[in-house]
Amino acid sequence: MLLQSVRPWLLRCRSLPLAYTRPYYADKVARLGGGEKARRLHTSRGKLLPRERIDRLLDPGTPFLEFSQFAAYELYGTEEVPAGGIITGIGRVSGVECLIVANDATVKGGTYYPITVKKHLRAQEIAQQNHLPCIYLVDSGGANLPRQADVFPDRDHFGRIFYNQARLSSEGIAQIAVVMGSCTAGGAYVPAMADESIIVQKQGTIFLGGPPLVKAATGEEVSAEDLGGADLHCKKSGVTDHYALDDNHALHLARKAVRSLNYKKNIEVTVEPTEAPLYPTDELYGIVGDNLKRNFDVKEVISRIVDGSKFDEFKAFYGDTLVTGFSRIFGYPVGIIGNNGVLFSESAKKGTHFIELCCQRNIPLIFLQNITGFMVGREYEAGGIAKDGAKMVTAVACANVPKITVIIGGSYGAGNYGMCGRAYSPRFLYMWPNSRISVMGGEQAATVLATITKDQRAREGKEFTAEQEAAMKEPIVRRFEEEGSPYYSSARLWDDGIIDPADTRLVLGLSLSAAFNAPMKKTHFGVFRM
Amino acid sequence: LFSAVSSSGVARIEKVLIANRGEIACRVMRTAKKMGVRSVAVYSDADRHSMHVAMADEAYHIGPPPSQQSYLSMEKVLEVAKKSGSHAVHPGYGFLSENTEFAEACKQEGIIFVGPPSSAIRDMGIKSTSKHIMSAAGVPIIGGYHGEDQSNERLQAEAARIGYPVMIKAVRGGGGKGMRIAQSGSDFLEQLESARREARKSFNDDVMLVEKFVEDPRHVEVQVFGDMHGNAVYLFERDCSVQRRHQKIIEEAPGPGISPEVRKKLGEAAVRAAKAVNYVGAGTVEFIMDAQHNFYFMEMNTRLQVEHPVSEMVTGTDLVEWQLRVAAGERLPLLQDDIILRGHSFEARIYAEDPNNDFLPGAGPLLHLSTPPPDQHTRIETGVREGDEVSAHYDPMIAKLVVWGEDRPAALKKLRYCLRQYNIVGLNTNIDFLLSLSGHPEFEAGNVSTSFIPQHYADLFPNLRAPSGATICQAALGLVLQERNHTQEFTQASTDPFSPFGFSSGWRNNIEFNRNMTLQLGDEINVAITYKDDGSYIMQIGEEKYHVTGEVELEGGASFLCCSVNGEKSRPKLVILDNTVHLFSTEGSAQVSVPVPKYLAGVSGSGAQGGAVAPMTGTIEKVLVKTGDKVTAGDPLMVMIAMKMEHTIRAPKSGVIKKVLFSEGSQANRHAPLVELEEEGEDNGDGGNQ
Repeated sequence: MLLQSVRPWLLRCRSLPLAYTRPYYADKVARLGGGEKARRLHTSRGKLLPRERIDRLLDPGTPFLEFSQFAAYELYGTEEVPAGGIITGIGRVSGVECLIVANDATVKGGTYYPITVKKHLRAQEIAQQNHLPCIYLVDSGGANLPRQADVFPDRDHFGRIFYNQARLSSEGIAQIAVVMGSCTAGGAYVPAMADESIIVQKQGTIFLGGPPLVKAATGEEVSAEDLGGADLHCKKSGVTDHYALDDNHALHLARKAVRSLNYKKNIEVTVEPTEAPLYPTDELYGIVGDNLKRNFDVKEVISRIVDGSKFDEFKAFYGDTLVTGFSRIFGYPVGIIGNNGVLFSESAKKGTHFIELCCQRNIPLIFLQNITGFMVGREYEAGGIAKDGAKMVTAVACANVPKITVIIGGSYGAGNYGMCGRAYSPRFLYMWPNSRISVMGGEQAATVLATITKDQRAREGKEFTAEQEAAMKEPIVRRFEEEGSPYYSSARLWDDGIIDPADTRLVLGLSLSAAFNAPMKKTHFGVFRM
Repeated sequence: LFSAVSSSGVARIEKVLIANRGEIACRVMRTAKKMGVRSVAVYSDADRHSMHVAMADEAYHIGPPPSQQSYLSMEKVLEVAKKSGSHAVHPGYGFLSENTEFAEACKQEGIIFVGPPSSAIRDMGIKSTSKHIMSAAGVPIIGGYHGEDQSNERLQAEAARIGYPVMIKAVRGGGGKGMRIAQSGSDFLEQLESARREARKSFNDDVMLVEKFVEDPRHVEVQVFGDMHGNAVYLFERDCSVQRRHQKIIEEAPGPGISPEVRKKLGEAAVRAAKAVNYVGAGTVEFIMDAQHNFYFMEMNTRLQVEHPVSEMVTGTDLVEWQLRVAAGERLPLLQDDIILRGHSFEARIYAEDPNNDFLPGAGPLLHLSTPPPDQHTRIETGVREGDEVSAHYDPMIAKLVVWGEDRPAALKKLRYCLRQYNIVGLNTNIDFLLSLSGHPEFEAGNVSTSFIPQHYADLFPNLRAPSGATICQAALGLVLQERNHTQEFTQASTDPFSPFGFSSGWRNNIEFNRNMTLQLGDEINVAITYKDDGSYIMQIGEEKYHVTGEVELEGGASFLCCSVNGEKSRPKLVILDNTVHLFSTEGSAQVSVPVPKYLAGVSGSGAQGGAVAPMTGTIEKVLVKTGDKVTAGDPLMVMIAMKMEHTIRAPKSGVIKKVLFSEGSQANRHAPLVELEEEGEDNGDGGNQ
């Protein structure tokens, strides 16, 4: 049994807001999964913990880009579902970058909560967008019955998993399932829908109805192993293809299955030897600081992310609240768009131009988001900021090159749209622990609401005292504060995970590497309002 | 014909056939090359790709691997000598080197036999004759019975007369074959029978002699050289006392603690012995020496000895060159007064054998071989290269390491320094044993005798020390770095050569990467490795934590693990082969294996798990089990004959024999699984897809 320990970055950035989640993080997400007792039970059966399974599936010692570790954090009241009960990420298996989905049976028996389904579907979406073979390490009791209404019926619910498996397979994206525990009811379709499946003897079981259901339906008494064990499925039913003696053997077979995919990554961009940035990446902590209202120069961030700190800036003296330019990250070409303040018409037009360039040249786009929004006011509305903003949003929406967004500061209002927020389907979206995301700032929202109330009261001839105003604003500010937190966002899968600022370069490099598995698609822009 | 003798009486040797193999063949060829003499090699099937064949100017195939049909076949060797137009035949040592008929046959064919006249070989080859001659020449001899009456009664009576303990020796014997010691009258007959049996097998002659057995004697021998002009000189003595199985493993010149007076007496006695038989060429007069430095003639070897290099080192001579010149009729290059003893030299024989298993000889491939760099004072006499095989058909000697120093301590220090750099993977060797032997205080003090190994057995075979935590960390680091190297090579050759997915940093999002590595050192040991951001590792073994960093450095074809464990830096040589990490450092060597997972054991090359494996290459003599038999751990499964010894292969665990993989009379390679053994209660997942 192997325990994971948390890296010390959260200690280092303890000056940043919301670092109070560290104990939760260390204990629940990284270390314990479903807790000491569940873990002991799991390992006593000779099973490996899910992260250990992934470690042994991957090429030894290579990185694993794990997504959404904070999924379900404080989402279900007192019920804790660490990491959403499922671990997803990208890693290299037999030299092929694969998307890995592993159920954590120590968390509620690996059952699917609504967020578990969402995380599984998001992983499949990543696989689809980036053309990554999928490996499912299945060890799950199926849908969480008390929450079946939020898990079963809708489009993006449980059934979508199998729909996706079929569609992914049809697109030539390999689907490999390793049954390392139970696969009950709907879960049985994961191995059944897979291109190739492996099952562990005496551990893995697959059946549409478990022994209790069979007894209830037909009165037949049968053990789980006889009903859907490895021997049955490898020798009689043919539901599974490969017979494994234990977890390690199963993972070894999965590695062999990937080797037999005859998969070749065709990279369609120029690559150059990697160069480290000239400035240490952990200086980013100091640059960001703990005061969100204090702005920092995005070029300071860029110089700590890109190869050799080399940034070929585009239109440096025009619309300078938006920084655009070309760089390389781990030898891959990128176009970077970062914020240095509020967006004006010029900045939006410059951004649009730059996105067109990158799409023309097949260069992936990196958005470093730290944006309070588009400029407001009569002068700017008259200048057509709405239509210039719309140009940038159109460009972002239509761009078919890989887009990767990192929220490094604030993400407010239409700025989120223009800078490729979640709704604009970036291939990956990460958040720094200091970042904030909401439609507007808490203060502004409270003031807007207070002003409206005050006007209403005034129309009714009623008084609205300063105390009343403060009492009204306080919960709104507090709510925005809470809901704007990256942990709140990550718990709901509005992003692909919170990352250590010092890891940004590596995370971007891994994400780019994964993105290049998909063939480049030509971009056709919609109508730009001129 | 070929050796037209010129008017000066000197023959022409421009081409020499070396009727031998291995290191001595290479040794002779080196000198031949130096002298501008072309060399002709002969080889058996087993030696088709051997070093001596590659080194020779010409090479001829002379038959199948068994020596009787190749290197010992006079007709074949002579035929090649004639065919190749060789002027001379150098027999090396062993094989035909002391064969009178061969020397005679060469003469008949007009080919120079590089060695003494056949009469000298004959006289010295029969021990009883040689003693008569020596006795007559005034060379001290030891009491014994060399008579023709070979009846048990007579021999036993003579033994009683001489006084126990006695040594029973085959008259035609040598190299410890056909030689037994009887401690008392009660075991005399048993030992006699045993000696006769071995002698019959080895020399087809079971005539025995009995002589006084000197307890804890030293084995001191003198290198002599004679020419056709009546000159004979000695090149001082060698001490070859330290032996195992009556075979030498470490030799030195001069003998430690021997005074110049005794040295002179030894030398002169040896020259008298040589002159008594009109000796020509290189020879060795062997003496046994008691604690008071009294010495007695034992035998004379009428050939170049294995250990001749130590004499060369302390006299600055090339004895092979001398042999060729003397054989051609030249005078000795130096006379006695010109031969100066300078410094001290050691030779250590590196054997494929297992000192921990009664020096059981071994055979097999030299998967990795690296040696100390040879120089003026360091000689590596070998006939094998990395990748070659030590054949089960011949002597399992891999090499001779010869060093020279100003004095004995300096030479010994040099020897030990070089031995540590002599690293071999693939088969068991005596290198570690040689190290503990040469490091023994009594050896350092020069207190050597033929009983040295049994006397100091406990010191020389210390209980196996478990490798230290630091060594385990080094092995684990070696494996991690090897993985990194593989990943790097793969990535660089891929279509995406700079992808960070090809890093071996073990990076995990927000989590430190921990992994468990299971290693085998007798017991299985678990090493928990944590990858740190700075590229270092924390390794935990039990409760003990180590901070480890390091890189692999390549130098001269070998890999070195340049590493630091808890701040202590070291640079052991690193060899990883077949799931096993070999570390060679100045402190000695260590082996750590990675256990083969159960699911791979059935198909892995090592096969060390599960069934029983052949301990060495050999022939299956007897199969004691059949498919379906139930066996318990320790039950005999097969009897195997390898290196002329019987080995019983026992069941490593209880279970049922699933398959017998070899039949009687078939040949099994080292580590070949002999049976498939299914553990009781083991679910093998039959029908499973592996």
